[in-house]
Amino acid sequence: MEKISVFEGVAAPLKRSSVDTDQIIPAVYLKRITKTGFEDGLFAHWRAQEPDFVLNQKVFQNAEILVTGPDFGTGSSREHAVWALRDFGFKAVFSPKFADIFRGNSGKQGLIAGVISESDMEAIWAAIDANPGIQAKVDLPAQLVTIGELSVSFEIDEYTKWRLTEGLDDIGITLQNEAAIAAFEAKREAWRPKTLPAKGV
Amino acid sequence: MSNKPITLAEKLWRDHLVVKGENGAPDLIYIDLHLIHEVTSPQAFDGLRLAGRELRRKDLTIATEDHNTPTQDIHLPIADLTSRTQVQALRDNTAEFGVRIHSLGDKNQGIVHVVGPQLGLTMPGLTIVCGDSHTSTHGAFGSLGIGIGTSEVEHVMATQTLPLAPFKTMAINVEGTLRPGVSAKDIILAVIAKITASGGQGYVLEYRGSAIRSLSMEGRMTICNMSIEAGARAGMVAPDQITFDYLEGRPHAPTGADWEAAVQYWKTLQTDEGAVFDAEIFIDADNLDPFVTWGTNPGQGVSLMDSVPDPSSISDSSERAAAERALEYMDLRPGTKMKDIPVNTVFLGSCTNARIEDLRAAAAVVKGRKKADGVRMMVVPGSAMVRLQAEAEGLDKVFKDFGAEWRFAGCSMCLGMNPDQLGVGERAASTSNRNFEGRQGKGARTHLVSPVVAAATAVRGTLSAPSDLEA
Repeated sequence: MEKISVFEGVAAPLKRSSVDTDQIIPAVYLKRITKTGFEDGLFAHWRAQEPDFVLNQKVFQNAEILVTGPDFGTGSSREHAVWALRDFGFKAVFSPKFADIFRGNSGKQGLIAGVISESDMEAIWAAIDANPGIQAKVDLPAQLVTIGELSVSFEIDEYTKWRLTEGLDDIGITLQNEAAIAAFEAKREAWRPKTLPAKGV
Repeated sequence: MSNKPITLAEKLWRDHLVVKGENGAPDLIYIDLHLIHEVTSPQAFDGLRLAGRELRRKDLTIATEDHNTPTQDIHLPIADLTSRTQVQALRDNTAEFGVRIHSLGDKNQGIVHVVGPQLGLTMPGLTIVCGDSHTSTHGAFGSLGIGIGTSEVEHVMATQTLPLAPFKTMAINVEGTLRPGVSAKDIILAVIAKITASGGQGYVLEYRGSAIRSLSMEGRMTICNMSIEAGARAGMVAPDQITFDYLEGRPHAPTGADWEAAVQYWKTLQTDEGAVFDAEIFIDADNLDPFVTWGTNPGQGVSLMDSVPDPSSISDSSERAAAERALEYMDLRPGTKMKDIPVNTVFLGSCTNARIEDLRAAAAVVKGRKKADGVRMMVVPGSAMVRLQAEAEGLDKVFKDFGAEWRFAGCSMCLGMNPDQLGVGERAASTSNRNFEGRQGKGARTHLVSPVVAAATAVRGTLSAPSDLEA
């Protein structure tokens, strides 16, 4: 995974709350077996049905930072939601509250899911409204978003931040514990189920 | 070992801890059972191949086909090319990595969360994961069932563990006796309406109290299934004699001395007297009505006896905005009686409510009646085994005589990845779990209901309870 530190990009406001992953990417786009090319599915219903939808506006078409209302990413565990945001070009999403699975998926894929206060969310939206297309700067090590004169801090758990700034692969980290995993397996009780050999077929 | 009283969830955590996380790192937790389906696994298998890694424990892994599979003409090749390709990818991947699979046409095929319990693979005291948020279903047995994303699917394939940050715990106390016509689905819809669709975030929920203890395993699965709709990572019910009776004799249930050892351990899987939950709520089962949703998230629900709420009465500004948007999408006006809302379609299916007990309850309501004109009813059993059992009991004939469509097993119209979708503007009473915008089809409108409310609604054509039907 690429190391993430400081970057700048256009910030787009998504002024909605409770945006579930069915809205981020509808199920029909989940049939692919590749891990890239999901940008066309991002907010597909809203982009198709609402000419004024934020990502249909020219100034936001290259946006890299999304600032959204609370409860973003609820519902289905589909990691495709993160892939669609990433493939569209987003590197960071800021919200007052994320659903647990979405936030976890983001951290695995190098998408920053930063928690900001509702008042900072409103302030960023106001800054964008005053100057649509304005660039924002995201500083992951300092946990800061700067947009014009405004600078707000965001929360991200220390472990995810460390992995993102170091560009570390989770599986690689876990496999360093091979001896502990093998020792745990050696102690597992006989009654715990095994799928093989198959029974009941 | 410390004698501090702890909760059921904390016991499961303690008994699966491989490495305790230090300096803010998450704990490494061992996974007993990994369930796989075609939608969230292909990129994980690709990841293994790219890194040259093995699938560590194929004997703790099982796959089935459910999301994309058609529910009629299943002997034909899947018509939709992308669906067919995705299902084929699962078949190829499981063959390459040596994973057991139950494919369309096999009697053990079905929705992944119905298949695990019916095979006796789901049992108390396990950690169970699947690339599917409704993995919380398995918590009904007193296991820890966690929905995960595709990166985590790959992680479990490679290591049989997951790095997880500890959860907080919430007790959901449901005391009393449900009235006739009120079921597990109504309990969970009432819980989510009370704590909201995000009220469970960061928590494992433990459902407790006399109303939960008297539920069958099917009812407990319905409740745990929708824990994710409150934002929780998992939901659990402590195992008891009902759990053990359900399990005993199933294909993968332990036998002999292993069974005795297992039951002895399972009996310890109770929240200790004096253990403290981080949060606690109470639901009065005695006075609970059938519950239905009016909006576009599962927390937007009311009693079926009630009316569509007025958003202006909601004090929180973002919740008010969400309610206004939901009513516009649902094409509903505040004050309309829920029972006056007409539907085009009734869907009886999904991992929430398509087990044999759900089908029996709905069949009892429609038996000897005729479906309302202009209403379509689809019955989609949760698994091929449920379908066979229902046919052995004659339930298929009851549904067909009523005018319903009797289909093959799968996720079907719950999310419409197969051809079972609603059209633009169509309105459904659905026993599934999500009323999100466009979930059951682009522009489609969903009211979440219990199986008996679904059945009564199909009789009258408007949202209805069984008690609304003439004797």
